[in-house]
Amino acid sequence: MAEPVLEILELRKTFGALKATDGVSLTLMPGEIHALIGPNGAGKSTLIHQISGSIRPNSGTIRFLGQDMAGLDMAARARLGLGRSFQISSLVQEFSALRNVMLAVQARQGSSFRFFRPVMGDPTLTEPAMAMLERVGLAGRAHMPAAELSHGERRQLEIAIALALGSKAFLFDEPMAGMGPEGSKSLTKFLDGLRHEAPILLVEHDMDAVFALADRISVLVYGRVVATGTVDVIRNDPEVRRAYLGEAA
Amino acid sequence: MTNASLMTRETIVNVLLALLLLAIPLGASAMGEPFYITLATRIAVLALAAVGLNIALGLGGLVSFGHAAFFGLGGYAAGVLATHAFDGVPLFAGIPGTDSMPIIWLVTVVVCGLLALPIGAISLRTTGVYFIMITLAFAQMIYYFAISWPAYGGEDGLSIYVRSAFPGANAAQPLPFFLICYAVLMTALGLFWLLRGSRFGAALQAARQNATRLSAVGIAPFNIRLVAFAVSAMVTGVAGALFADLNKFVSPSMMSWHMSGELIVLIILGGKGRLFGPVAGAMLYVLFEFALGGITERWQFFLGLILLGVVLFARGGLLGLLAGKARHG
Ligand SMILES: Nc1ncnc2c1ncn2[C@@H]1O[C@H](COP(=O)(O)OP(=O)(O)OP(=O)(O)O)[C@@H](O)[C@H]1O
Ligand SMILES: [Mg+2]
Repeated sequence: MAEPVLEILELRKTFGALKATDGVSLTLMPGEIHALIGPNGAGKSTLIHQISGSIRPNSGTIRFLGQDMAGLDMAARARLGLGRSFQISSLVQEFSALRNVMLAVQARQGSSFRFFRPVMGDPTLTEPAMAMLERVGLAGRAHMPAAELSHGERRQLEIAIALALGSKAFLFDEPMAGMGPEGSKSLTKFLDGLRHEAPILLVEHDMDAVFALADRISVLVYGRVVATGTVDVIRNDPEVRRAYLGEAA
Repeated sequence: MTNASLMTRETIVNVLLALLLLAIPLGASAMGEPFYITLATRIAVLALAAVGLNIALGLGGLVSFGHAAFFGLGGYAAGVLATHAFDGVPLFAGIPGTDSMPIIWLVTVVVCGLLALPIGAISLRTTGVYFIMITLAFAQMIYYFAISWPAYGGEDGLSIYVRSAFPGANAAQPLPFFLICYAVLMTALGLFWLLRGSRFGAALQAARQNATRLSAVGIAPFNIRLVAFAVSAMVTGVAGALFADLNKFVSPSMMSWHMSGELIVLIILGGKGRLFGPVAGAMLYVLFEFALGGITERWQFFLGLILLGVVLFARGGLLGLLAGKARHG
């Protein structure tokens, strides 16, 4: 079997007495979409934060492309190819959509210590950035400040940024949230194609999207993975139905 | 469309401010009123110091309450080098002093940069009010160091008997000296403009608005901020050297926290992060100091009122009022 792109072993994180991540192990294989589902407060975002480096785990191992991530900060992990989106969009508010993506293009190209050449009108930045906006269907809003974009558009923009980084794995935290049914449908289609570029760890509440996309699903409840398996396995798992799907159905 | 028209409006305002600052001393010179030349020089030099701070504060959101230290270091670089050149006593290890402005500026830039790196590296571990306090603490340490160093005047300061020289200009005369300061200011504004539009500027402004986002694309905010802090200190340092030559005097008061506060005030008055914010701020400030300072000792009280008005009703400062909201590509 192929090597996992991302491998998480026995990860633990507590907030005071709360075990937000309680011995989580999971893998992300090349070409797959691994969905992470679970009720509110299960610890999904906390897990994403630990993988991307914005929160430090108490113990456990995160390995990305065979390399231990311990001791690497968020920026270093991003440079290695961990691209993420945020549950609550996190953008440079005063920058246009285009400039938000250009920042990622600039980061990917290497040095930000260039002091004189204007970024606007630098085709090595604007062209790839525009291409990414086109891919997510946001080209028409390229010059709009991020602060003025709709919820759904911000989500698209976050994905365009992750694309521009040339990410080798995507961590998407509820990318469908705030999108209308049309938006979810087209994003579902988009993510379906994206998995061949890089595997996706997808946190999502939209079950239609999850069942349509996931190669594997892990169910997180109170910081623990209670089940991992294919869509069919998870759908029919009695514990999952009780702990999670049962509530919704 | 509106963006484009706003941009031309700001450009027009900037050009007018630049011309106004040039016209005052030229007119004053024609009418034989050297005092106004000195006033305009003071504006240019304070504006230059604030352009430096504007890199850290305006672009990077780093509220340094210690930039007077760099302003003062520039002043002492000018004072100490000129004194040694005047006395013909070598500085140390046989290195002579100098009364050449370009060399003094070069020394200032190196000294300020070398000092700003460790100060910034430590200060930038903190944010918000702690950053403000720690930069203040460093500046106070340097301030007390200057006070307790009798070789260079200690508390009394150091007089510069002959203003330093600039090749090809008679810097001892008010108008040529103004023109030197003005040229340095315009150069600094040009550099600020380039910097703001560059990759580095993009990262720096992103670090101010959303450091997490900057990290998420793989750029470490700390490194960006540190370099910005150092560059900012260098520009403010050069202003200090000119300030010393303007007054033919340097004293620890150039390094006091009042001075740091004054630089912040200039930026807030003019419009933070705006290219000509420091120029507008310095004009307003010196005008106030001159117009009200003659009438009442308490002119700073009225300055306080204006500042309050700006913070409450006109966040964009004078530039915001004249040229509208800042534009971001
Ligand atoms: N910084 C923090 N400090 C303390 N508690 C936290 C912190 N971040 C998260 N928590 C708690 O940890 C638990 C897991 O939160 P998390 O945001 O990871 O859940 P989630 O699965 O993403 O939920 P949702 O579906 O609502 O996004 C919650 O109980 C939350 O209140
Ligand atoms: Mg969450």
